[in-house]
Amino acid sequence: MNSGIPIQYFLILATLMFFTGVYGFLTRRNLITILMSVELILNSVNINFLAFNRYLYPHKLEGMFFSLFIIAVAAAEAAVAIAIIINIYRRFATINVEEVNEMKY
Amino acid sequence: MSLGTFLIMRHELLLIAAALIVLIAEIFWNPDKKSSISLFSIILFGVITIIGFLPSPAGPLFGGMYVSSGTRLLMKNILNIGALIVFIQSVTWLKKEENSEKISEYFLLLISTLVGMNFMISAGHFLIFYIGIELAIIPIAALAAYDRYKNKSAEAGIKLILTSALSSGVMLYGLSMIYGTTGTMYFSEVASLFGNTSLQILGFIFFFAGMAFKISIVPFHLWTADVYEGSPVNITSYLSVISKGAAIFILMIILFKVFPIIMGTWQKTIFVTSVLTMTIGNLFAIRQQNLKRFLAFSSISQAGYILLGLIGGNQLGMASVMYYILVYIFSNLGAFGVVTAISNATGKENIDDYNGLYQTNPKLSLIMTLALFSLAGIPPVAGFFGKFFLFTAAAQQGFYLLVLIAVLNTIVSLFYYLLVVKAMFISKNENPIGSFRSDFSARFAFGICVAGIVVTGFASVIFEAIKNLSFGV
Repeated sequence: MNSGIPIQYFLILATLMFFTGVYGFLTRRNLITILMSVELILNSVNINFLAFNRYLYPHKLEGMFFSLFIIAVAAAEAAVAIAIIINIYRRFATINVEEVNEMKY
Repeated sequence: MSLGTFLIMRHELLLIAAALIVLIAEIFWNPDKKSSISLFSIILFGVITIIGFLPSPAGPLFGGMYVSSGTRLLMKNILNIGALIVFIQSVTWLKKEENSEKISEYFLLLISTLVGMNFMISAGHFLIFYIGIELAIIPIAALAAYDRYKNKSAEAGIKLILTSALSSGVMLYGLSMIYGTTGTMYFSEVASLFGNTSLQILGFIFFFAGMAFKISIVPFHLWTADVYEGSPVNITSYLSVISKGAAIFILMIILFKVFPIIMGTWQKTIFVTSVLTMTIGNLFAIRQQNLKRFLAFSSISQAGYILLGLIGGNQLGMASVMYYILVYIFSNLGAFGVVTAISNATGKENIDDYNGLYQTNPKLSLIMTLALFSLAGIPPVAGFFGKFFLFTAAAQQGFYLLVLIAVLNTIVSLFYYLLVVKAMFISKNENPIGSFRSDFSARFAFGICVAGIVVTGFASVIFEAIKNLSFGV
């Protein structure tokens, strides 16, 4: 049915992307890069949904629609996050998280 | 779409209409009387709250994607009451000079989050659930950064939006695994196709971790204190009561409805997280000096108690969770109301500043004491009955060890709640906070909170009504 590539490869790619995203979220110090790591996580989820839909349940389109909505919501989220990052840049004159640390216990 | 459709979706449609009306009204409003928009919005929202209580048809819509039932309507009404109190409390703060330009944004964003929460609670499909949860959290992040000229506010906003984005990602990753193994995202179909395989359990754990971020369950609580401290006080109270309550409601619905097959697994998960949440929330609350951080950790430990109601998976547990959230709304908003009033009048937010408050502001001190007693669970106020039912629900299913740990934690929590009471009544202070008189709106909100704390405790009718409604979701 499908041309060559088995589903495992997609799932391995998605898993790698997911954990790269989590690693980047935790280690990066630039707010924009942290936001990019989150996008990586969401895109790995999209790959998962699409691969499952295409290979296992090709007669229904639920996974496709889910990933469309994830893309749209991720865009909204990024818009608000970038607006707040701009505000942070105005307040702190930096977007390095090490210096945005007024509150700590 | 017939008229019946509109009646079933009444809560959401009315809230969307209210959000649009507030937005449009601002354009045509007299610029010299901007502050009266808040009165207009509150009256509008109050009418919606009352309409929400009218009897309504129930049933599924859109092929089962949207489900309405008596329980879910009750949850929405509870959230509406809480949001109404938050709105009334925020009038004084919105009157300030720096906020006069963005009053309608405040109401627009808060009403949007309520729309998201209502859709989330009514979800019958994970897609609606996901859209609802995002709609409920993204406007809140914008509101946390509402004070544009305060560094802490911007910091709170970015911390909230990034953690919520990460938690959504983790949750969706789990959902994709569940989709891969069952081939559907409808709650009812997932429940019937769930087969207890290891991939499904891994998916569930990812999903639970994502939800735990939203409810701020230990070990996913680290954003809570910072966001609560940095946000404006009214947003903090909204986050700690309404957002948390909605997330707990939907977690309860999904655990009971979608994952009943792996009940043994999620009971273990909840057992561990509940013990951790109660203990760590309490221990960290003891060493806080800022009252907002203090209430943040107290709300973390409250979430730990609420998990006790979920663990049994029985009807009493469900009723007690809803009852406890209702009580928690009144008591936490009472405490936050006092913090808001004092923060508005003097800008002080530390526990030391409250030394000798009883000498200057006896009424505020008494309200704070009543609210803290309710949070700690001292009889005869409502919090005691709430905790009592939660513990009974867990004990009914044989979780005696967990109940014992919870009771011990209640004693620890009593200690730190009483620290604040001691500061207000006993500690001496050379120059305490001056005596001041709150606005009518603040006093009205205090009235609702105090009446709620007392009446929900004594009127057993309320618990009986909730219990009768809470059969199945």
